[in-house]
Amino acid sequence: MDNRANNKANKKRFELPVWAAYIINLGLFIAFISLFGVLLSSGALPGFITKVAMLIGIQVILAVSLNVSTGYLGQLPLGHAGFMAVGAYASAIFMTHTSIPAGIAFPIGIVIAAAVAGLFGVLIGIPALRLKGDYLAIITLGFGEIIRVVLLNIDSVLGFKLTNGAAGLQNIPKTTTFVNAWLMVGLTCFLIHTFIKSRHGRAVLSIRENEIAAEACGINITYYKTLAFSMSAAFAGAAGALYAGYLGILNPSSFGFMKSIEILVMVVLGGMGSMVGSIAAAIALTAAPELLRAFDNYRMIAYSLLLIATMIFKPSGLMGRYDFSMKRIIENAINGDIFRRIRKSRAFDKAEGEGEA
Amino acid sequence: MSTLLKVNDIHVYYGKIHAVKGVSFEVGQGEIVSLIGANGAGKSTALKTISGLLHPKQGSIEFMGKDITKLEPNKIVRLGLAQVPEGRRVFAHMSVMENIEMGAYILGRIPEEAVEDVFSRFPRLKERSRQEAGTLSGGEQQMLAMARALMSKPKLIMMDEPSMGLSPILVEQIFSIIAELRQSGATILLVEQNANKALKITDRAYVLETGRITLSGSGRELLESEDVKKAYLGG
Repeated sequence: MDNRANNKANKKRFELPVWAAYIINLGLFIAFISLFGVLLSSGALPGFITKVAMLIGIQVILAVSLNVSTGYLGQLPLGHAGFMAVGAYASAIFMTHTSIPAGIAFPIGIVIAAAVAGLFGVLIGIPALRLKGDYLAIITLGFGEIIRVVLLNIDSVLGFKLTNGAAGLQNIPKTTTFVNAWLMVGLTCFLIHTFIKSRHGRAVLSIRENEIAAEACGINITYYKTLAFSMSAAFAGAAGALYAGYLGILNPSSFGFMKSIEILVMVVLGGMGSMVGSIAAAIALTAAPELLRAFDNYRMIAYSLLLIATMIFKPSGLMGRYDFSMKRIIENAINGDIFRRIRKSRAFDKAEGEGEA
Repeated sequence: MSTLLKVNDIHVYYGKIHAVKGVSFEVGQGEIVSLIGANGAGKSTALKTISGLLHPKQGSIEFMGKDITKLEPNKIVRLGLAQVPEGRRVFAHMSVMENIEMGAYILGRIPEEAVEDVFSRFPRLKERSRQEAGTLSGGEQQMLAMARALMSKPKLIMMDEPSMGLSPILVEQIFSIIAELRQSGATILLVEQNANKALKITDRAYVLETGRITLSGSGRELLESEDVKKAYLGG
């Protein structure tokens, strides 16, 4: 260990500047979007793939956003579908009532959805986050259900049609496309990533590590817990807006308890605290059932077995807390030590992998 | 010598249990003051009350002339009152360096000279700066917790049982580090069960028994006092 550290000090390591890392990542992201955008619109891939790709994008946003409160903040909320519902309804109501052309209205709708869901995150977070662990799980579960039941019954209380009860909202403009869904995915990942790498993100992570120590460092625990929780809620709301624009109809039953569990399973399976894990698990768990429709009867069995196997063999999730970094890969390739690094311990890797982009 | 911290007749309850029954004491600039006493005497409760984790039902706490009785813990830390919490609370999955950087959180930047100062005091931490804090030994974790508290350049450091669960050699080391800190001008409020060791390095000490202060005096006086010898120093 000492020897290696000395070698390192002698040989100057190549380091990619942060701005270059951002440009490379942005370039790769644009290349990805345009490649698939062209493939899908030219009809080279079957039409239903576009549908699946949009749905995957929405699920990725949900998983990555839930990862903020489970993985980074270390809490276990079970009401994520509730925030998605709030966002979906907020955007759908806006979209069906506005006279602005749908193309311009949609981004506004997403912003409204995120804002309203974020506000609900604050309102629910303040009382709920005083509790921990299983108590927090139960109270957020309760709030999630309250949101669903309110959406179901609010019309009779208000006396006019807002959410249209169990029949749900119809004729919502179908504005979600592959490109705008995945742009939102990129934006979500970028914002959450930069947040978590910032001083505020460090504060959130330290609360996960040890609340008492975080408090002793002068971190305002309540503030950061609420901030992370409502941030998580806001992105779930944005995903809800995309979902409304994807389906064109909404009804409260799609935002039940099982939806929250589905998202949580993605995060746990991918590895709590790993963004790339959440993304991978969301893609796998959304694509697999869609692509395996032929084996419809067995798919829930496979799903359960997969979960059981993961929890037995890798309880920290597929990726653990590992996070993918293009910057690190490029640096290692140039420094020529990519193979040596694979053997390194996780602890050492983590200390090295700072400033990932 | 000016008074930094002034605790006025605080009463603290855990539900219906009256844990601290009217405790008053002072800490002056540049002093080491110890609260000693047996399990359940109310030492840690008093400390937690000062740091804002608990609030007294009655009485007040002043820090540098400012009333901090009802402030939140994070605001109290910002005033320059750092804490080394009981039981070596380090951020286990962060590296040693990241732990140290977290100590400077309230400053908003990482002061280079403070990092160097901390590393010269605790060379072991420098050697292990990239290691995950959870993999350190108990003594090293205690040093890390102290280093983290020093990073915020505090005016007063409160330490809750720094020798708890450490081997005799490490206890010796920790106390000599505390004595060194005083030499370099730090003010320290120490809570300890290890009365013998604590009294040797403190300027003044208060003995707590079931929520009340029963004795006070300089460290030396208390070391020689028959009552203290009988109760805490094994005859």
